[in-house]
Amino acid sequence: MTLEAFLLLAAALFAVGLYGVLSQQSIVMLMMGLELMINGLIAAGGAFWYFLAPASADGQVLVLVAVTVMALEMAMGFAVVTALFRARDVDMTDDAGDLKG
Amino acid sequence: MAVAFWILAVVAVAGGVAVFVVDSMARATFALLASLLAVGVTFLLIDLRYLGALIILMMVMEMLVMAVFMIMYMMNPAGLMPMKMVHNKTGAAVIAGTVFVLLASGAVLTRWPERRGTPPADPTHALGLAIMGPKMLVMMVIGVAILATMIASVVMATHRGRYGSAMPDRRRDGEGS
Repeated sequence: MTLEAFLLLAAALFAVGLYGVLSQQSIVMLMMGLELMINGLIAAGGAFWYFLAPASADGQVLVLVAVTVMALEMAMGFAVVTALFRARDVDMTDDAGDLKG
Repeated sequence: MAVAFWILAVVAVAGGVAVFVVDSMARATFALLASLLAVGVTFLLIDLRYLGALIILMMVMEMLVMAVFMIMYMMNPAGLMPMKMVHNKTGAAVIAGTVFVLLASGAVLTRWPERRGTPPADPTHALGLAIMGPKMLVMMVIGVAILATMIASVVMATHRGRYGSAMPDRRRDGEGS
């Protein structure tokens, strides 16, 4: 169990999430990709704390922020999907290009 | 420890891949939950008992909420028929693969600094002291962000909507189903 092993896990989770974000048409599935990407960041944050600087609590605080961001992203994402769906029956990314220039 | 870590790592990545492979929204949600839980359990291996337990409890609740939204919005919650909703699958796979190779080579090739200090006897105690002391600003910002998110999500999701009553009601006007 080394820092490199944890970072490889984080990189794999981030890449899988990125694939989902780029390829999925459903907004809810896209959000699952974002969750996976943040999951990778959380794994990397915890590993940096344990293997590099366990004496200070900075790494733990970073993980706490990332976990909170994950929950807030979910809440706002579902609120946006609900607003969009209520207005136009849309739940696909391809149909939600309102801000496109 | 190392064996447990690698088993959890495989479960986490396999769960992540399964999210985009399975034919059912409910299964995708629980595959994501398995991935998140595996990462939470790896935290228990590196002495982060509080954060590990926090991730496990929070993600179980979050994925249960996610499952409800999945069933509300998606056409195929039970997986009774094949489900493919992707665009530019090849391009996305190439970009994701490239990003993985870059990140993994950076992780392996970088000369990481020596470990400074040793983990405290009680990391949770150290975290508590940090967020109630020198890192209190972080906690205050998180608190305000959570409050702002609660207000914003209710405003977005309410029937009145962002634009008040100026927005026509599709269902009342007979345009919706």
